[in-house]
Amino acid sequence: MRSHPGEYELVAPGHLEEVVALLARDPGVWLPLAGGTDIMVQYAAGKLTARRLVSLWNLPELRRIDVSEGEVGVGAASTYTDLRRHGIVAREFPLLATAAGWTGGVANQNRGTLGGNIVNASPAGDSLPALLAYEAELILVSAGGERRVRYLDFHLGYKKTRLASQELIRTICLPRRYAGYYAYARKVGARSAQAISKVSVAALGRISGGLVEDVRIAVGSVAPVPMRLVETEQLIRGKGLEPALLSSARRAAAAEIRPIDDIRSTAVYRAAVTGNLVVEFLEQLGRTGSPA
Amino acid sequence: MTTAPTEIDLHLKVNGESANVRAYPMERLLDVLRNQLRLTGTKEGCGEGECGSCSVLMNGELVNSCLVPILQARGAEIVTVEGLAKGDRLHALQQAFLDCGGAQCGICTPGMILAALHLLQKEPQPTRDDIREGLSGNLCRCTGYAQILEAVEQAARIGSTG
Repeated sequence: MRSHPGEYELVAPGHLEEVVALLARDPGVWLPLAGGTDIMVQYAAGKLTARRLVSLWNLPELRRIDVSEGEVGVGAASTYTDLRRHGIVAREFPLLATAAGWTGGVANQNRGTLGGNIVNASPAGDSLPALLAYEAELILVSAGGERRVRYLDFHLGYKKTRLASQELIRTICLPRRYAGYYAYARKVGARSAQAISKVSVAALGRISGGLVEDVRIAVGSVAPVPMRLVETEQLIRGKGLEPALLSSARRAAAAEIRPIDDIRSTAVYRAAVTGNLVVEFLEQLGRTGSPA
Repeated sequence: MTTAPTEIDLHLKVNGESANVRAYPMERLLDVLRNQLRLTGTKEGCGEGECGSCSVLMNGELVNSCLVPILQARGAEIVTVEGLAKGDRLHALQQAFLDCGGAQCGICTPGMILAALHLLQKEPQPTRDDIREGLSGNLCRCTGYAQILEAVEQAARIGSTG
């Protein structure tokens, strides 16, 4: 049944300092609301348990993208559209810009935020494998100050994160060291637009002297949290991309993930597709290392 | 400490005109447009941001008005389908939807037209793929989409975005 708006409080203090002060005053009471692409859906369905919400939409401290020499700092309330339109994000972090384009249609990309995708902590969050591949770090802010954590350590389990009740994600930090990498992103869903993924892969690699100098492979929707395939990466690193290695990588990837059967797909399908995508990535990566 | 939520007064600009409304802050922009401002061109389809029927422009950006709490639209400029025609003269997109058979039952049409308007404002000469992507969040169960894509192409040829 639809919720009655009179049962919900929503405030919009307008500045980050006031929002974190509110969260510190009443820990666990206020639910931060940015673009509403997830929370407003729960609200419309009468399933939103929080009764007091605080708006983060258009907070100037959170809707900005700062570029310094070493990293790009994406404000947590930057939208998918903000990411797609930002020249340096699109050029140096194509996995993230591509994932932003996977997320819903234009209207949802104009409202959905990167920070929202992270705190929502779904195994199928479109942007999350890209954050793993780029080794993103998060700056968390509260009235007491800030702390910096790796995204890898932040996402603990299905819908579970390290975010404390009085904290917000302020900035997603992307180290600027992947410009020379080959980037591979592919999402497999029931249809090509507006579908939640069955499997998604974000991968980076670099070939030097015919050998894989560095490789990162992150996969979504195949475990309770998006995961880096560290064992598969280990197997590939330092080697030449021969057919036998590709076969081993396919098996290693399928063995490393922990997929389940659910309404969108089956564990068997997800394992097969993950193996296929890893091989497709490595084949494309291999071609970047050979003379044209 | 806990006080019952109360209605608040807000000001918006809708289709170029000032609008003052009184609403609970979590009231949906969609409901304020339809019930208070009587702009019933904006339709509710799914109510969960999947179908695009309730698409409007908020400060120039396409949004699903079913997912916008009115407090977040405070002071914003909103464009709905009622804002497109100039008197009796239809907007190029509206005329193109008529000419090409881009509307059948009509429920998706206002949202489709707003999504197309947003696209043409960003990209006046879109490719077929640009149009498909620009309208990918708007579902139609009647037309099969071909006539809708043709309508947007026709409007782009005429070159009027507003």
